[in-house]
Amino acid sequence: MTETRFEISAGFLPLLDSSLLVVAREKGFAGDEGVALHLARETSWANVRDRIAVGHFQVAHMLAPMPIACNLGLTPLAATTVVPMALGLGGNAVTVSNRLWAELTTHGAAGDLAPRATGEALKAVVAQRAGKPPLRFAVVHPHSGHNYELRYWLAACGIDPDRDIEIVILPPPLMADALGSGALDGFCAGEPWNTAAVLLGHGRIATVKAKIWRSSPEKVLGADARWAEANPEALAALLRALYRSAQWCAEPVNHPELAAILSAPGYVDRPAEWMLPALSGILRAGPETTVGVEDFFVPQAKAATFPWKSHALWFYSQMVRWSQVAHSAENAAVVRETYRPDLYRAALKPLGVALPGANAKVEGALAAATPVGSAGASLTLGPDGFFDGSLFDPDELDSYIAGQRDAFAR
Amino acid sequence: MSFIAASPSWLSVSLQLFLIATVVVASQHKIAATAMTITVTCLIPRRCLFALHNGAGQSKYGGMSRTALRILIIDENRIRAAIIEAGLHEAGHTAVTLIHEMTGIARRIAEVSPDVIVIDLENPNRDMLENMFQLSRAVKRPVAMFVDRSDSASIEAAVEAGVSAYVVDGLRKERIKPILDMAISRFNAFSRMARELEEARSELEDRKVIDRAKGILMKSRKLSEADAYALLRKTAMNQNRKLAEIARSLVTAAGLLGDDA
Repeated sequence: MTETRFEISAGFLPLLDSSLLVVAREKGFAGDEGVALHLARETSWANVRDRIAVGHFQVAHMLAPMPIACNLGLTPLAATTVVPMALGLGGNAVTVSNRLWAELTTHGAAGDLAPRATGEALKAVVAQRAGKPPLRFAVVHPHSGHNYELRYWLAACGIDPDRDIEIVILPPPLMADALGSGALDGFCAGEPWNTAAVLLGHGRIATVKAKIWRSSPEKVLGADARWAEANPEALAALLRALYRSAQWCAEPVNHPELAAILSAPGYVDRPAEWMLPALSGILRAGPETTVGVEDFFVPQAKAATFPWKSHALWFYSQMVRWSQVAHSAENAAVVRETYRPDLYRAALKPLGVALPGANAKVEGALAAATPVGSAGASLTLGPDGFFDGSLFDPDELDSYIAGQRDAFAR
Repeated sequence: MSFIAASPSWLSVSLQLFLIATVVVASQHKIAATAMTITVTCLIPRRCLFALHNGAGQSKYGGMSRTALRILIIDENRIRAAIIEAGLHEAGHTAVTLIHEMTGIARRIAEVSPDVIVIDLENPNRDMLENMFQLSRAVKRPVAMFVDRSDSASIEAAVEAGVSAYVVDGLRKERIKPILDMAISRFNAFSRMARELEEARSELEDRKVIDRAKGILMKSRKLSEADAYALLRKTAMNQNRKLAEIARSLVTAAGLLGDDA
């Protein structure tokens, strides 16, 4: 154990992808870097944001679009927040009620989690319901990967998320019960809450984030910009600890132990069996069905912890698309500055690990795993496709935004 | 329950209620769940702001009117909500509504049509409520913010106690700040009382487990009560641990070995 040089407090929500922070503490990676890492479980993202703002936390487990929303002034009491690291790729799913699933199967949903066929079945169900109250789906937060991937999927299948269905906000631990009680027809959330809904008999996983947009960003480490600026060594030490943690989480041999750690009362506080499907990628899609999903949750491979500016800009394009913010060159600049690959590289360089040479990439361009330019060690990225085959080129932000605005002729 | 006597006298109105509920809660062994951190969220519908600016039904000096503000408290902890309500009444606010259930919350908020909403920080529905405040017609799209972002000391005290506020731009700070300050002090007092209660409860439990450990020693080692206690205390001192910890391990061990007295 190294002498403690830095005290860092981090907020997190009880989700599988809090793993990197939890393991950094529990397996001693933080201690090895001289970081005394204090973890505080929170009940809402609003709390996480408020506590960063008043200095209770220096860093936190955050929804990847959240720091962007903070810096664009879209949320109350937001401190300037930087993203020096991502906390993995993927990990979410769309789960529907048993009743809706039965309807989807009559319209061609096959149960293989394919977004296209399931989405088209959903469109048919929506069309049949004309005149009835719209189907109600829940996501965890308006500025979340869940909200944007659900909407992206629906829109690409011809369903207008603002008119054809209703989208409400609900905390993830309540999703399964809401589905079971009939208050919801579906939801998009992180794990273990989809698995929970299936194992409790309340629903069926319809599709997954990894199939809507493979290798896509989900949670990040958000850091109070003032603190990050004033404490570069502490931040770098924490990033190295989290990188070690990501490596540990990525080893299949560690998954049973990781599931056990997460199941403890102070963390996710649910059975270890609920954690395993997301870690193995072998999902319990339905009561009698398991489906293997490649790259369902990627904690470390494929530069999964690198804060790509293209990820930030894609989230921003969706904020514009769904009228959360107006597009301007100034706003886009704020977004670019929110994600900080420079801090990531500076911290991890001493480890001699693979560091991407670029700050941004064309999202959805890699049809297969591809070696890319990197420093330190060799790096393979992809496949990373959007299910509808489209590309997001961060250098063509304006035309991408204009193109998606036309989709529903707003 | 001497710790109650030490509480500030202004809590006396709510104290009766607090004690009653304490008995209920304690009997369910759930007291540890009492809150340590709470947020008060205040927000003011645009409609109300409009009324203020136009002076409709208001004194020209917004701060003077005490009839206008409709305050809604959303807190699943009824005791805490009642303490806040009492404070608001004392401060002259009469239009105070309490909501303890999240079911149908949007409709309830629309019915109450509040000017200020108070919410505890532990409520897992904060994200949902914030989204609703920003989008829903129920609350007329308030510009939800702290009373005054520049007042960072006040904001910190608020979140520390568990209190924060949403206020429409332009609403007089003087009208909201006393509500916020009152909520901060009452939430703090509530947390303090909950903590004291928890300490008292665990003291009681410690005493019980020590009694059981003494009983085990008396039976298995044929000791007098005084000698059994002395042995426990000596063991605790030697191991630099608490008496109750030693007693607890002894009771657990005895239970495992099947000779629990």
